[in-house]
Amino acid sequence: MKFFATLMAVGFLSACSQQGDGSGHRDPNEDVNRRTHAFNVAVDRNLYAPASNAYGKGLSRNTRRGIGRAASNFALPGRVVNNLLQLDLEGAARNSFRFLINSTLGFGGLGDPAGNDFGLEEETTDFGETLYKWGFGEGRYVELPFVGPSTERHTVGRVVDLFTNPLGYALDAPENLLSPTSQVLAKVGSRYEYAATIDALLYESEDSYAQARNLYLQQRRYELGVDVSVEETDEIDALFEELYGE
Amino acid sequence: MVNSSSISRRGFTTGLLATTSVVALAPTGAMALTAQQASSLVAEVVAEITSIINSGQSESRMLNRFERVFKRYANTTVIAFRCLGADARRASNSQKRAFVQAFEGYIARKYGRRFREFIGGRIDVQNVRQVKSWFEVNARTQLQGSAPFSVDFLVKEGGGRNLFFDMLIEGISLTRVEREEIGAMLDSRGGDLDRLISDLRSAG
Repeated sequence: MKFFATLMAVGFLSACSQQGDGSGHRDPNEDVNRRTHAFNVAVDRNLYAPASNAYGKGLSRNTRRGIGRAASNFALPGRVVNNLLQLDLEGAARNSFRFLINSTLGFGGLGDPAGNDFGLEEETTDFGETLYKWGFGEGRYVELPFVGPSTERHTVGRVVDLFTNPLGYALDAPENLLSPTSQVLAKVGSRYEYAATIDALLYESEDSYAQARNLYLQQRRYELGVDVSVEETDEIDALFEELYGE
Repeated sequence: MVNSSSISRRGFTTGLLATTSVVALAPTGAMALTAQQASSLVAEVVAEITSIINSGQSESRMLNRFERVFKRYANTTVIAFRCLGADARRASNSQKRAFVQAFEGYIARKYGRRFREFIGGRIDVQNVRQVKSWFEVNARTQLQGSAPFSVDFLVKEGGGRNLFFDMLIEGISLTRVEREEIGAMLDSRGGDLDRLISDLRSAG
């Protein structure tokens, strides 16, 4: 399995060019992606949205938040590995302390004393970001079944991150099921929490495929700290010049 | 005589701007916007928004007030033109005016409705920094029972007025979202700008 993942990673990465992070999108497989999108929308409509609705109505907000925090906590050791791979020692230290404090004083991550009392906010990162820091381009846009919008680089990151979390190796059955279970529940909880935004995107926008691609790429580039592109800067300056130039 | 000299000066300036983009970054004299002014402008905007979302008024009343805030503090011409993109080039002047006007109402309704989710919350200005040729003023929401998020206002002087020309929520730009949306709406109407304008008047 690990060998397979490595092979996939190498294959995908050689496809990721060094350019790419900026504005706009590179989506040569739009036809295939649009079909996947239609599938994902059907899954959302028939399964995901109703399930998240039941979950949201069945559990109190505090319980849902606690499960969401526990899921983030389980993910922290994997984030530390990525912090280290990016040579971000401060991030690694903060996430490590956060994990230690919330796993103990925070009852397995259900609470967040690290954030509330120690000012240790979560520093989210993933292997996709590690690849970005290492200089790999974002590659082509791709919509993955069940998962949703991604890029080639982010997809490699997602696959590799299945193996970067030391907890996955440290825990035995059935405790090793806690993390993936909480991740799934956290996702379902987010679907409920942001229902208005997600419904507007999937069911009210004129072209939900294009808008999902647009939102994802913006959000991901923001997360990675990609600078405003030269094209967009020029476009803004040119418009101001045209409207107000002397 | 006066006219021809101003035209040649315009040509000269444009040429300069095209060759050295550094000039575009330089302050344009007495009207140049300062970080302090940009930050106060956004402080006024977020104070207005906070007051609206906590006013307890009816939705239609709140939407009206949002539209007024948007018209007063946002450079709706720049936002509307950027959302129309290349299609703005082939529009007549009256179409452009009608589009900007319809767009203002559409944005106020669409986003004003979403601001209702923030009832009981607060938005505070955090910091300001120069980015390219504009100022980015960062604000953070304090919402009841939900994680704070970041709202950036991009402020730039235009025609002697300091206004924000984009708003980004956690890095998602209103202009980029609406450019996609308006583009798709125009496509599905076979590129008919007049139909788009009349539909925008009731959309959002």
